[in-house]
Amino acid sequence: MSYLKHYPEIENEIIKCMKCGNCQAVCPLYKETKFEGSVARGKVKLAEAVLKGKLEYTEDLAKIFETCLTCKACSANCPCGVQPDKIVLAARAKLVKERGLPLIKDLIFKGLSKPSLFKTGMAIGSKTQGLFLKPTEKGMSPRYPVSGLQLRRVLPKLADRSFLSTAAEENKVDNPKKKVAFFTGCTTNFLYPQVGEALLKVMQRNNVEVVVPKDQHCCGVPVLLHGDVNTAAQMAKSHVDIFSKLDVDAIITVCGTCGESFSKHYPELLKDDAEYSAKANKLAEKTYDFAQFLVDILPIDRDVLKPVNKTVTYHVPCHIGRGMNAHQQQIELIKSIPGIKYIPLKQPDRCCGGAGSFSLTHYDLSYRVLKHKLADVKSTGADLLITGCGSCRMQLTDGIAQENLSQEVIHTVELLAKAY
Amino acid sequence: MSKQQAIQALEHALGRENVITKHEDLVCYSFDATPDMPNPLPDVVVTPTCTEDVVKVVNIAREYKTPIYPRGSGTNLSGGTIPLHGGIVLSTLKMNKILEVDADNLAAVVQPGVIIQDLNNAVAPHGLIYPPDPGTVATATMGGSVSECSGGLRGLKYGVTKHYVMGLKVVLADGQVARFGGKTVKNVTAYDLVKLFTGAEGTLGIITEITVKLIPAPEARASMLATFDRLEDAGNAIKGIIANKVIPATLEIMDQATIRTVENFAQVGLPTDVRAILLIEVDGIPEVVEKEAEKVVNVVKENNGKIKKAKDDKERESLWAARRAALPALAQLKPTTVLEDATVPRSKITEMLVAIEKIAAKYDLNIGTFGHAGDGNLHPTILTDARDKEEMERVHKAVDEIFKKALELGGTLSGEHGIGMAKSHFLSWELGQSGMDVVRKIKKALDPEGILNPGKMVSN
Repeated sequence: MSYLKHYPEIENEIIKCMKCGNCQAVCPLYKETKFEGSVARGKVKLAEAVLKGKLEYTEDLAKIFETCLTCKACSANCPCGVQPDKIVLAARAKLVKERGLPLIKDLIFKGLSKPSLFKTGMAIGSKTQGLFLKPTEKGMSPRYPVSGLQLRRVLPKLADRSFLSTAAEENKVDNPKKKVAFFTGCTTNFLYPQVGEALLKVMQRNNVEVVVPKDQHCCGVPVLLHGDVNTAAQMAKSHVDIFSKLDVDAIITVCGTCGESFSKHYPELLKDDAEYSAKANKLAEKTYDFAQFLVDILPIDRDVLKPVNKTVTYHVPCHIGRGMNAHQQQIELIKSIPGIKYIPLKQPDRCCGGAGSFSLTHYDLSYRVLKHKLADVKSTGADLLITGCGSCRMQLTDGIAQENLSQEVIHTVELLAKAY
Repeated sequence: MSKQQAIQALEHALGRENVITKHEDLVCYSFDATPDMPNPLPDVVVTPTCTEDVVKVVNIAREYKTPIYPRGSGTNLSGGTIPLHGGIVLSTLKMNKILEVDADNLAAVVQPGVIIQDLNNAVAPHGLIYPPDPGTVATATMGGSVSECSGGLRGLKYGVTKHYVMGLKVVLADGQVARFGGKTVKNVTAYDLVKLFTGAEGTLGIITEITVKLIPAPEARASMLATFDRLEDAGNAIKGIIANKVIPATLEIMDQATIRTVENFAQVGLPTDVRAILLIEVDGIPEVVEKEAEKVVNVVKENNGKIKKAKDDKERESLWAARRAALPALAQLKPTTVLEDATVPRSKITEMLVAIEKIAAKYDLNIGTFGHAGDGNLHPTILTDARDKEEMERVHKAVDEIFKKALELGGTLSGEHGIGMAKSHFLSWELGQSGMDVVRKIKKALDPEGILNPGKMVSN
């Protein structure tokens, strides 16, 4: 059974931890708070207490498990091979099961799980965002103090028209080398449709046929990260249905979290359902970040790339790097463009602190984590900050505006599209 | 005089932001890196930001007769920071400033919450190093490391923490602040009180400032990996290297159980049929390094060993990968890892390794041994599962025998982890009644009410 649905299954992960504390060296939150509950080791101890029945749901306990970026830095640095991010997810799921979701989250997640409702809501949001967000030079800022949204925060404007509402479902090419399905993800669909357009352009130039299923929706990971396993499982099933029907060589994502939803989370969420489990595993095997697909599977013809004369640096999104292990391919693509001067960050894979909604619910702490990244970016003197994740992009764009830095933040595939 | 009043007094003294009282938060301070220990909850955790704060905490603790447990990163392996009798956990992590790097006097002054690696990063631009390098160098604090007198991989040539502590500022159990030592190389004023508080495991006072000695970073180094078909040959090679007047910075050993586990886990290309591997590194001035490396190669060959010398940094990394993988590889085999640090004179290494193998067989346990062969500090690592009561009994018996054997060979209970709770019941084996009396008298003299880290090393 999945540890997400049956908490005792996580015991094998919990007992592996020898409490050495090596996670302290890499946990971005612990570095700020110096509090044992922030770091994996403390959370593993609490998860163990829950397992033994010594601790039950309290708001304080839930708060500790919420205070995690799920950046996986601890997993990567653990001498015992513990994956604390799994333990955190299991504990969040267990606490939601015991106590239920707070009303507001329940409403939001119900909305997310109903694609048509979510899409209608976002379309209305796109038209009405001006009522509560005011345009600034670099994006939008809240007009009033709204729960979780600091007034100074700079947010991306919701796209006038979502990517899915404008993109063609079938994007045929004359002599297709491969046929892929594109899972857009929410940030591409609603905030940065230019990323989706760049992907279509790059694929077309490489003779890859792209299907963009219109009925796709949110991958469900935001819901899963808040412990709402049942809703996440429904969303997983829906995507397994949509994408299993397609006769494609690969499923392509442009976001580490979305990629991981297909490659890791769906198989885990649907583990206990024989029919869906088999289908989910099949999809997982052929899910790639766009860069993995272009470098490892296709591979692209680098000789046709036109020069882009820019100095760039690259932030490794946690779920592109430690999640999908696709960062090397992204960096390779960047470096293969003529004219690009690539200056690596000192700590390219340190979390930016965004972590999806974490930057909304814990803005101050999230910003303290971000400041390290911004200092690193500043020292490179790059014109462009490249990254492979919409959520990191939101976070980085806000920080760059706050600190009056000059870098423009774009997605790796947008940079690549400039070279065609 | 309730706990609640004590907590209120602490909140008043340090500010609410420096006092932790929520049940869930306290659970996170009920343990450290030591396996097989009780995990009692403290009543409160405080995070002082300066010496004056620490004085306030000590005075409140005295008034309410509440114990104080100083804690850095909680990465020790002796149960040294466990709040055995409840009370106040005093975390030094907010006192984390490097106060001074004094290159002229080859010294640095730090607060106790500074991470060892951060100090090394700060002195590197001056071409200096702070040599003690315990396995937890990236996480452990200077305060914890001084209090436990931690060692590391370079002990043979560079010594351990106590050889680098020049001065201390300490808050005593009566609330007074005392300073001992300083930046001078020579200092014979009164008793060697710097040494007394170093390695005292927080039982005699709370360290709030540390002056340490720095040394020039070695210019060059040569790394070698030697393999042996017989343990005796490895033991003789260790002796032979020293007999040839070479003191390597690193002289590490891994036994066959460890080699096989490492290879299985990390596939770093180790021969799994050999009985022992030595990782040897000499450092210093390039000409000397070259000459010393040559001597090492000859000694290994004379003792029927095979040796490989790293040609560049990349090859050095691959040799070190094996040693670095030792603990992780062993730790992944079973849920519970009991890591001991029994230490014997260098000349007895072979005998000790053979004894550990016999003990493992006798109690039917999986024990991998690796460690700092050059200074006789071995890490017999018992792989077990704390949930298996029957096996844990055998583990305890095996640990008893390992310590007995180490003492029999003229060694010591602990080379670098400290006594804490984990080994306090063995202490009289090594010190005898008279030695125990001295320890107790010192404790009684400096902490008559027993409020400083009670239950560690000796009980009052």
